Amino acid sequence: MIMTPGQLMGQTMGLDDFFIRAIFAGLGLALATAPLGCLVVWRRMAFFGDATAHAAILGVALALAIDMPIFAGALIVALAMAILVSSLGGRGYASDTLLGVLAHSSLALGLVAVSFMTDIRVDLIGFLFGDILAVTRQDLLVIWLGGGLVSALVWWRWSAALTVTISPDLAQAAGLNPRREALRLNLALAVTVAIAIKVVGALLIAAMLVIPAAAARPLASTPERMALMASGLSVIAVIGGLNLAFTLDTPAGPTIVSCLTAMFLASSLLSASRR
Amino acid sequence: MNMLNSEKHASGHAKSVLAGVKNAVVTISGQRILQDISLEIEAEEIVTIVGPNGSGKTTLLRLLIGAIAPDQGDIVRSADLRIGYVPQKLHIDPTLPITVARFLQLPVSTPAEVVAQSLETAGVGHLEARQMANLSGGEFQRVMLARALLNNPHLLILDEATQGLDQAGSAAFYNRLALVRDQLGCAVLMVSHELHVVMAASDRVICLNGHVCCQGTPEHVSAAPEYLELFGPQAAGALAVYRHQHDHHHHHDLDGECLPHDHDPGAAHGADHGA
Repeated sequence: MIMTPGQLMGQTMGLDDFFIRAIFAGLGLALATAPLGCLVVWRRMAFFGDATAHAAILGVALALAIDMPIFAGALIVALAMAILVSSLGGRGYASDTLLGVLAHSSLALGLVAVSFMTDIRVDLIGFLFGDILAVTRQDLLVIWLGGGLVSALVWWRWSAALTVTISPDLAQAAGLNPRREALRLNLALAVTVAIAIKVVGALLIAAMLVIPAAAARPLASTPERMALMASGLSVIAVIGGLNLAFTLDTPAGPTIVSCLTAMFLASSLLSASRR
Repeated sequence: MNMLNSEKHASGHAKSVLAGVKNAVVTISGQRILQDISLEIEAEEIVTIVGPNGSGKTTLLRLLIGAIAPDQGDIVRSADLRIGYVPQKLHIDPTLPITVARFLQLPVSTPAEVVAQSLETAGVGHLEARQMANLSGGEFQRVMLARALLNNPHLLILDEATQGLDQAGSAAFYNRLALVRDQLGCAVLMVSHELHVVMAASDRVICLNGHVCCQGTPEHVSAAPEYLELFGPQAAGALAVYRHQHDHHHHHDLDGECLPHDHDPGAAHGADHGA
């Protein structure tokens, strides 16, 4: 079960502790998802993010089976998915068909695998919807290391990734390697999925990637401003969403995403009224 | 690398070869796209490649810019050759906000004066602050031309640069291109479907269909049996119709009527064709 803040209150953990940890986990994740999410939207990779997240459930199952950290299991499967998709891209399958096959096969295999583990009481819902209020200090370290890594990679390759997004041919003519840039982004996405699976869960990762970018779009005139704007909106959604979840006693991850949705609606209405 | 160059010098040619391919063979997924192609581009000349769909035109350009390597044969480039590349009309996703000025800064940042100068040379100095997504087709292609001029190229390569433009738009584009050539002294290599406009604006035409069918001046090629076989007898008329008002020779239009001329023969240069 996803625990609501109210339920957690009754537990031994101190309020400040888990609440502050949850906020920092959300911020660490936003560090990676906001700029990466813009590239995901521009490159039309939203379904890839979704598919990788679903596949990561198989990694969670594997991790539980061999008693490995959840993060490591999810990372291995997500990376394998990223590399597989990068190398199979353009080999006869429409890439969304290929993604669909990979994503749903691994999700199904993961769920079946977990059902065999009778000795462990596995709470898979937690990995589908995340459990940001149960984040430990160790999780926090992993999230900030992973988020920092992804963020650094994205800002380091920003111009190159933008050029490849606009035109692989132009990028090639400028001496860039489009396949390598695409692989880097896929790997960054895999790391993001792995760190996010515990926080917002497999089903909501794509929301954290796509919605802030979509909400920022009407407010920005350059790619950089859109990425910064998406970061700002994500921060507001994390802090606002967690506070709302606490006040209203609602599940945390979905509340954060609902905040993002409200911002998306507001920015869409704003841009519609300007026309 | 400079094989062709030295050959040229040995045979006493004064013109310098900028780039070329020698006996190149390209096979893509088992299909022979280019068969034993040899060609060279000399300084300051405008060369057009014409050919039916699937004749390997784009592959040949990609070979010259280094996007692909030949299976056999050599690519020749003069030392320190700078290439400006205008790809086929590309699509910028409307979710990506980007101004013309920022677009010209990708992937490497260029001094603002150079950007402004390039836009001016391409005839679109006034568009600097506009969003790429809001440009008309003709404006967009001129911005692409400006982008290709940023590194002050020796050789401009254009792939179907006027696709999707109306006839007036593409004629205006080629006029601008001829001006740019005169101003910068660069060579131009382009691929086009628009036989009539493009052939009239060229110094040399190469007719391609997996191999070089024929090449020479526009007049020579448009009379060559290989060309007529590829494009049909109307194609010969296309050039004639376009040139009739600028040549002193009498040509027949498509109805077979002999057209009168009262034009200055000095105007027979492709650069003078009005939009």
